[in-house]
Amino acid sequence: MLYAVLCYDDEDMVFARDASANDALMARLDAVQAPHARAGRLGPVARLMPTTSAVSVRKGAEPLVIDGPFAETKEQLLGFYTIECDGLDEAVAFAKELIAANPGAGGYEIRPLLLFRPDGALPA
Amino acid sequence: MSLDTAWTRDALAAARPKAVAALLRYFRDLGTAEEAYQEACLKALTAWDRNGPPRDPAAWLIFVGRNAALDGVRRRARLTALPDDAALSDLGDAEASLADRIDDGAYRDDILRLLFVCCHPDLPATGSVALALRIVSGLSVAQIARAFLVSEAAMEQRITRAKRVVAGAGVPFNAPGAVERAERLGTVAPMLYLVFNEGYSNAADPARAALCDEGIRLARLLLRLFPAEPEIMGLLALMLLQHSRLAARFDADGAAILLEDQDRSRWDARAIAEGLALVDKAMRHRRPGPYQAQAAIAALHARAADASDTDWAGIDRLYATLERLQPSPVVTLNRAVAHAKVHGPAAALALLEPLGDRLTGYFHFHGVRGAFLQQLGRAGEARDAFGRAVALANTPAEAAHIRTHLDRLQGA
Repeated sequence: MLYAVLCYDDEDMVFARDASANDALMARLDAVQAPHARAGRLGPVARLMPTTSAVSVRKGAEPLVIDGPFAETKEQLLGFYTIECDGLDEAVAFAKELIAANPGAGGYEIRPLLLFRPDGALPA
Repeated sequence: MSLDTAWTRDALAAARPKAVAALLRYFRDLGTAEEAYQEACLKALTAWDRNGPPRDPAAWLIFVGRNAALDGVRRRARLTALPDDAALSDLGDAEASLADRIDDGAYRDDILRLLFVCCHPDLPATGSVALALRIVSGLSVAQIARAFLVSEAAMEQRITRAKRVVAGAGVPFNAPGAVERAERLGTVAPMLYLVFNEGYSNAADPARAALCDEGIRLARLLLRLFPAEPEIMGLLALMLLQHSRLAARFDADGAAILLEDQDRSRWDARAIAEGLALVDKAMRHRRPGPYQAQAAIAALHARAADASDTDWAGIDRLYATLERLQPSPVVTLNRAVAHAKVHGPAAALALLEPLGDRLTGYFHFHGVRGAFLQQLGRAGEARDAFGRAVALANTPAEAAHIRTHLDRLQGA
């Protein structure tokens, strides 16, 4: 089963980290991904720009364009992984590996993917 | 469970503006608010380690800080009647969950008020910046002193004086209406840009360049609170786009490298991408302002893969817009540089001539004027202009740069 693992954390925490701590964290997260990538089970991984860059388009009689993320929450959606797992236990284990590399508050939401189009390559 | 100490440190830093701002609302006194926050941080170090991280660190710090400060007041008032520990609050889960009830929406005006208080009109600009860095960003006095190249004692004094001015003036506690909110934003935004510029102008020194990151952090904070303000988008975009060039701005000796000579592969592509996204977003509002215009100019530079690809006509137009929005001889001087690239040095020189009276003591004016005169073959006048520029140079690097022009003239 293909899963999306969505990363939620307080964005302010990301900006509070100094550059060297951030580099160390990214290296730890890379190390978590590496074996899964080597096994050919890791799909696209994305880091989202800060919520200040977000615009939300709300449905209505006239679609309404609003600055900011879709929902104002204590934790923000900061990015996601896609990964092929043999069931939920394995997906949870992956999320726990991420947490071991990135402890603190926040967390990961695991969502099985219903539809995925890996052939939709991004323009160069 | 033992919490990662780095995480705790970051969580305390991240929560600081919210927590101090809310405590300022309770206590209406900057000193008390700051002490309350400090005390809450001390308690957090043990309580979070014991109980795990709170769901909302800022709310926890506000609640515990408020109690700690109130206890302090009570203790001082009834010192003989009560043993000290009778006034100490318990830090159980019940209080942490109460803290969660603090309304998120109130933070917006709290933080704006906190920043606004730092911008008191009786404070010199450097006093406002130092106060904001101490109170809102939480930099140590030593760090701020390093960034301003003054002794720690002098900076301590400057911040103490600034706090006294603010305390004497009282803090505006009315809930601001739309007009007041806009006024406060209009006062706070330039102060944040000053924080950034303190770093940007001295970025060869990493301790000082760190102020750029603080400026960006504060602008992000403000934009999170006021997500639909195009000028705040412009301000953040401007900071990101200027800061993106940091790694390319200085040579190994710390001498400035002109924009057109910079190695653009060393520009920070991520910062540029975010800056461009923000400019794009701001433009949709069709409410132009000086920060948006400056960000749009920086965006045109950022988009040029090579200096020769620069859209000078676009930059000339944007400077004309900026001249209209925020007339200043320095803006006209900058416009003249772009104008020269499109319309030649004679047309650009015509833009400069009316500025002579106001910019006669300004290094860049004479440097730019000399360059136009040189291009027009008016060597004698060019030499005079460059000579005046050298005399007015602010740094040895500026003087050296002009001297290379002079040498070229001499050789001609």
